[in-house]
Amino acid sequence: MIFEAILLTIITASTPLVIASLGELVTERAGVLNLGVEGMMIMGAVGAFAVAQMTGSPYIGVIAGIVSGAVFSLLFGFLTLTLVANQVATGLALTILGLGASGMLGESFVGIPGIKLPAIAIPLLSDIPFIGPILFKQDIAFYLSIALVLGINWFLFRTRAGLKLRAIGDSHGSAHALGINVIRTRYLAVMFGGACAGLAGAQLSLIYTPQWVENMSAGRGWIALALVVFASWRPWRVLIGGYLFGAVGIAQLHAQIIGQEFGIAIPAQFLSMLPYVATVVVLVLISQNRRTTLINTPASLGKPFVPDR
Amino acid sequence: MKKLLLSFAASAAVLVGAAVTAEAADKTKVCFIYVGSRTDGGWTQAHELGRQELEKALGDKIETPFLENVPEGPDAERAIERMARSGCSLVFTTSFGFMDATLKVAQKFPKVKFEHATGYKTAENVSTYNSRFYEGRFINGQIAGAISKKGVGGYIASFPIPEVVAGINAFVTGARTVNPDFKLKVVWANTWFDPGKEADAAKALIDQGVDILTQHTDTTAPMQVAAERGIQAFGQASDMIKAGPKTQLSAIVDTWGPYYIKRTNALLDGTWKSEQSFDGLKDGILTMAPYTNMPDDVKAKAEATEAKIKSGEIAPFTGPLNKQDGTPWLKAGEKADDGTILGMNFYVEGVEDKLPQ
Amino acid sequence: MRIELERRPRASKLHALLSPLLALALTVFFGGLMFMALGKDPLSALYSFFIEPLLDTWSLHELAIKAAPLILIGVGLSVAYRSNNWNIGAEGQFTVGAIFGSILPIVFAGWQTPLTLPMMLILGALGGALYAGIPALLKAHFNTNEILTSLMLVYVAQLFLDWLARGVWKDPKGFNFPQSVTFSDAATLGPMFESGRAHWAFAFALIAALLTWIMMRFTMKGFQVAVLGQSERAGRFAGFSSRRMIWFSMLFSGALAGLAGISEVAGSIGHIQPIISPGYGFTAIIVAFLGRLNPLGAIASGLVLALTYLGGEAAQLSIGVSDKVTRVFQGLLLFFVLSCDTLILYKVRLVLAGGKSEGKA
Repeated sequence: MIFEAILLTIITASTPLVIASLGELVTERAGVLNLGVEGMMIMGAVGAFAVAQMTGSPYIGVIAGIVSGAVFSLLFGFLTLTLVANQVATGLALTILGLGASGMLGESFVGIPGIKLPAIAIPLLSDIPFIGPILFKQDIAFYLSIALVLGINWFLFRTRAGLKLRAIGDSHGSAHALGINVIRTRYLAVMFGGACAGLAGAQLSLIYTPQWVENMSAGRGWIALALVVFASWRPWRVLIGGYLFGAVGIAQLHAQIIGQEFGIAIPAQFLSMLPYVATVVVLVLISQNRRTTLINTPASLGKPFVPDR
Repeated sequence: MKKLLLSFAASAAVLVGAAVTAEAADKTKVCFIYVGSRTDGGWTQAHELGRQELEKALGDKIETPFLENVPEGPDAERAIERMARSGCSLVFTTSFGFMDATLKVAQKFPKVKFEHATGYKTAENVSTYNSRFYEGRFINGQIAGAISKKGVGGYIASFPIPEVVAGINAFVTGARTVNPDFKLKVVWANTWFDPGKEADAAKALIDQGVDILTQHTDTTAPMQVAAERGIQAFGQASDMIKAGPKTQLSAIVDTWGPYYIKRTNALLDGTWKSEQSFDGLKDGILTMAPYTNMPDDVKAKAEATEAKIKSGEIAPFTGPLNKQDGTPWLKAGEKADDGTILGMNFYVEGVEDKLPQ
Repeated sequence: MRIELERRPRASKLHALLSPLLALALTVFFGGLMFMALGKDPLSALYSFFIEPLLDTWSLHELAIKAAPLILIGVGLSVAYRSNNWNIGAEGQFTVGAIFGSILPIVFAGWQTPLTLPMMLILGALGGALYAGIPALLKAHFNTNEILTSLMLVYVAQLFLDWLARGVWKDPKGFNFPQSVTFSDAATLGPMFESGRAHWAFAFALIAALLTWIMMRFTMKGFQVAVLGQSERAGRFAGFSSRRMIWFSMLFSGALAGLAGISEVAGSIGHIQPIISPGYGFTAIIVAFLGRLNPLGAIASGLVLALTYLGGEAAQLSIGVSDKVTRVFQGLLLFFVLSCDTLILYKVRLVLAGGKSEGKA
């Protein structure tokens, strides 16, 4: 019983991380490093909340969150892809702008109780003991996160378009020589990343904590960035890693309560460090030799591309 | 979408427009430095409401500019100095982290008066002010003791500073006046403001078997979780009834307005002196949100306790009280002095937690 | 309609001068529109943003205080980025520098000599360099991407500082508030002039920028940085070791970030607290780019960014806009500067649907 409840808490806490990372994964697989996840996420959160309030429908809110994130990411796309501005600097600027703009747009929505997206029970499956309530009586964001893992995995490794996208990420020069439209594909990948970050934001303001407050993403966009690396750019590993990251946070809270009975106290800060240290370790492991590096890391990550005619 | 954005911009414009106060050179300036956003729904918003009350009461004599989202550190010193230079006669710095910065600026501007919230360092022109939040938490505890079936409460705490520790102790002491076996579990969220993390902490406590919840963090997320899980909870800093119409039993509401009016009046008639103010329910610096969602007898008792605290008949920390490990703290009838309360760094009996040191 | 870029044979000197002006003009125009939409007088808004902070002596001091860490870090980063080493963890190196330097005034609070402060500064730089040494080691010997490792290490450093400030380094007489003892006078970086509180960190920043510029311009090391940054292969032909360059550039940028960290703590804050930086290490990345990876450019861009912070505050008070509006304005400025810099290296063409090219700039 308690185990089930803890798992549910972990899923809710992890889902926004998973979704935002999946989007960033696709962006990075196309060779673009967008450090503005936090900014896109918070724009998604405010857009989703505002539209849900105005229309009364949280589902339209979710769509608005996705659109907000995608539209906002276009700004990044235009600067880095069309104008070849530096990706790291532009991504950081995007976060600054997003945090400011969301605060401004959301000012009139502070303190209004949110509309929570209801859980959708899948008939029959949700009746399975233990697994049912955890996996099949969830909200739309969770189902979408699973669909995204499956979909992205299939797209990247089973379709021509996915192959092209990876080719661009590995070597945009060769991809261009093969006649692939590098810039267009990268635009789409950036927008997909923005849309996912927006969806993650919508999960925050409509499901996780149905309310709007300034800075409510509280650094989750940065964790999502770490997660992509931790997962070495693999969708399945994002899912697993996302739950691990989420679980560390929740376990820490439970450990406090259980620890009270045993009189143990581990400083919370050290537990919170674990995901980041683990990410560095994973990075070192996968880059140990050239072969694993090539398989896993998009080689032209963060490098600008200008087609020469 | 475009229309939508425009309407956003328009509504933001109206809001911002409304916030501007008319400039007038001959008015006395009473200024405010906020650590958070004035619409954070918690700590800073309470100060903002206090400022608005002040503006309403004395608006013909004063104006009240403010700076929000001021980070603690060198930025705070600059913001405070900016206020002092812009002609403020009295500056309220509303976060503990502004303590050193306030004192440094105060030294440079001996003619300007400063008031620092919740700190412990004063000077000739620096007062401190604080609220006896724990009085409200004692009443909340009594309600919890009566309502909780399991006799186990949950407390979402931010950081182990004396104010928070005193709040925890007052809550459990209040609960034990009704149910001597009452126990309190504490989770340190290590944040004042992170709706997600606060919600997670609330869920963790509920999953670990508490059936009543209170918080010392600023967002309404724990209240929402309590509502969802069908247990009852107390609000903090602001009345959080909107987030849990069927859930909130009461809330301790910071009402800084009366204090701001009192001190501004003192400034205006020249009687302002540096002091360490520690006001409570009777001074109106702290109010209880309406007692809701509880049986009439519990409500009656809460109201009675509130009245007795105001009249001075009851002090929350009155012996016999033991510390957490069972060693005696206060003898029967003995009352805790303000020094101990302001520097509280130990738990009383009934708290199931190891105080982070 | 689309936009096409054509690489210029060499960077345009004219546009290097024009681009910031164009960016400023665009920001002023769009910022003005935003202020108008909010019902504010755009002229007075822009006045409080860009002019008002420059009119008072004290405000100039504040500008120097705010700009010092940005310039110090930005200078180091511009060398690292020039050499193609993408250290984005300066925020962490700043933090570790502050921690290392604070060991003396907190753990050995009794040791107060004229040597204390210089030792603190050296320890600070050392701490920053050591912390940057981790991604350097991982890149040089394990081929690990330094962008990602240095970023991850930021969080580790911040959490460690949080633990120190709330735990072992907490002032025992501080009522459990998360703050260390206040540094003694011997451990405090004093003001440069009588007229205000700007302290020596700003002088360090200017000196570091100048020396780094000289190094980049006139020394073999600077030449190595430039060559290896342009093309690793060319560098190898010239007999330069890219591995040694990784170490050099990371340690160099880390040391400056660490120096900025301890200077901030010893000069402005005066004690250790859980959060000591409002994101200087990240903002400095933008500073480095706005300064076009030129150490002297970092001085200008650091001052401009600092100005927008001060101006934002001034605007809150003088025209009553919220701090959100000022942050959006800052974001706009960054975006325009980043996009206008494209003109330096590229010719930009607007291509209409018919395929006709129309020269624009």
